[in-house]
Amino acid sequence: MRKELKKYRVAYMYIAPFFILFAIFGLFPIVYGFYLSFFRWDGMTAMHFIGLENYINIFKDVLFWRALRNTLVIGIIAHIPILLGGLALAFILNSKMVKGQNIFKTIYFMPMVTSAVAISIVFQQMFGNNYGVINYFNVLLGGDKINWLGGDGSLIKWAVIVMFAWKWIGWNMVIYLAGMQGISNDIYEAAQIDGASQTQVMFRICIPLLKPIIIFTVIQSTIGMFNLFTEPFILTNQNWNGGTNNGGLTLMMYLLNKAPQGGTLYGYASAIAYIITMFIVLISVAVNKGTTDKSDPDYIAQQDMKRMRKERRRAERQKGAAKV
Amino acid sequence: MRLLILFAIIAAILLVIRKIVPKGKTIALYAVLIIVALIMLLPFYMMFIMSTHTTSEIFHFPPYMTFGKSLIENFKSMNEQVNFMRSFANSCIVTFSYVVLVLLFCSIGGYAFAVYDFPGRSALFAILLGTMMIPATAGVIPWYIMMSKFHWIDKFWALIIPNCANAFGIYWMRQYCKNNVPVALVEAARIDGCAESLIFFRVVAPILKPAYAALGIMNFVNVWNDFMQPMMVLKSPKMQTLPLLLKSMVGDRGTDYGAMMLASTCAVLPILIAFLSASQYFMSGLTAGAVKE
Repeated sequence: MRKELKKYRVAYMYIAPFFILFAIFGLFPIVYGFYLSFFRWDGMTAMHFIGLENYINIFKDVLFWRALRNTLVIGIIAHIPILLGGLALAFILNSKMVKGQNIFKTIYFMPMVTSAVAISIVFQQMFGNNYGVINYFNVLLGGDKINWLGGDGSLIKWAVIVMFAWKWIGWNMVIYLAGMQGISNDIYEAAQIDGASQTQVMFRICIPLLKPIIIFTVIQSTIGMFNLFTEPFILTNQNWNGGTNNGGLTLMMYLLNKAPQGGTLYGYASAIAYIITMFIVLISVAVNKGTTDKSDPDYIAQQDMKRMRKERRRAERQKGAAKV
Repeated sequence: MRLLILFAIIAAILLVIRKIVPKGKTIALYAVLIIVALIMLLPFYMMFIMSTHTTSEIFHFPPYMTFGKSLIENFKSMNEQVNFMRSFANSCIVTFSYVVLVLLFCSIGGYAFAVYDFPGRSALFAILLGTMMIPATAGVIPWYIMMSKFHWIDKFWALIIPNCANAFGIYWMRQYCKNNVPVALVEAARIDGCAESLIFFRVVAPILKPAYAALGIMNFVNVWNDFMQPMMVLKSPKMQTLPLLLKSMVGDRGTDYGAMMLASTCAVLPILIAFLSASQYFMSGLTAGAVKE
């Protein structure tokens, strides 16, 4: 055994940085955060164990529910243009009827590489009530000036949705396009020979075959949705309460406002962090489970493989036990 | 609302064109693509426009849609308010040191998992994959407490060290090594008498160049644009990274919006130019993990 370890010393050395750093900066904060969520602590004086009080207080807090509702509304509505728009654009670019694929791809992807703060600052001006370019177009079309960021605060969400969709649509499009190009040409040709229309190709071939990729992007942007903070924060002029009537308050903003940015309620903030984590995990699992097709041959094959492996292991264990 | 109606009308017109005009379908598709492209470019265009106007011109209605004359004025005003070059340097220091460490640790980790069959490999790899499932949000408060206990508040270490050997990078490098590093090559180097710890650096690292490019770009963009973590730890003005500099220019009464827009432009432009000159690399780097190569 010792010889083995010595032989593979280099390998252990190479993977050590990850495990050491993860133990210190990943595992410890996660475990300690859970512990902390049962305490009242201001970061300076002694900690008080208060059981589930933090969680109970959060569920009693009107602002928490408002933050949760805002986050979900923004995330769910923004996903419609992101998913449908991304798929449609990818399909158009993949259809070989248009040229300049790379130019369009590059333009659509630009928001992804630019700083969220800079873009939020620009959008804040574009959404401006009396001078913004968006209201200008609206007036040109005969509409009224809309007070996006002020008023009763209900339109802040829409401004954030526009930004969120604007940013993520290109990323999703590029991923879908890569997926579509990965689909074998034979399948498209077979469909063409059978006389399938473009719409049928899209819904019967592309979307089912892209399902794993679509699920991946949905989970990624769901995580993005729960971590949404920069855009509403800058749009509302760095207001920690999310602007008028908390119209732009998101869960992440609510968390950071309790500690360490606004207050010093470290235990309370840890509890919020754990609730957000639970949401992310639950939604990821639900999306995965909800979209598993039990009659899919791949799924059945996978399950069979798992069962066989389990049986083989059990047989080996029994053999081992018999020997002893 | 009127905007939505406009889009509906455009869509209807396009549908009609598609049916009537010969080759109408192609024209309609191009029209859709170009309209979306214009929407995507509008904020960038407005940013450039506004950075050449004074604050009072920015608040003018209807808004100016062409370049103004106040670029130099805004530039002077920006330099009076903030130290842009300092922040730019800060961003460079943080980003480059982080990216270099990520590339080093992730490639050696991924290589070890791909090539060596050491005892406990599958268990350790399963742990590594498991850590990717836990959202980092769970530890954000203790992370901040740790940074203050380490006296890393206002230090770049807080942004560089904690995440520099990340699970995703190792996982991704392992996949790349598995597909692209022939075991025979490693064995040949061993037989030729290359020390075990040098095989990677002498023989394997050169093969990994494309993987380095993709992973490096992904981490570069994320860290360069990161706002939340730097905001929590970097408090003093002279340690600000670019997103924090921009944040510090907003909000106060009497903000010079022209100067602020110019600062935004200056912050965005370097990475935008880099992106436009190597967009294929950027796109494959930033979507790595979603798309199997």
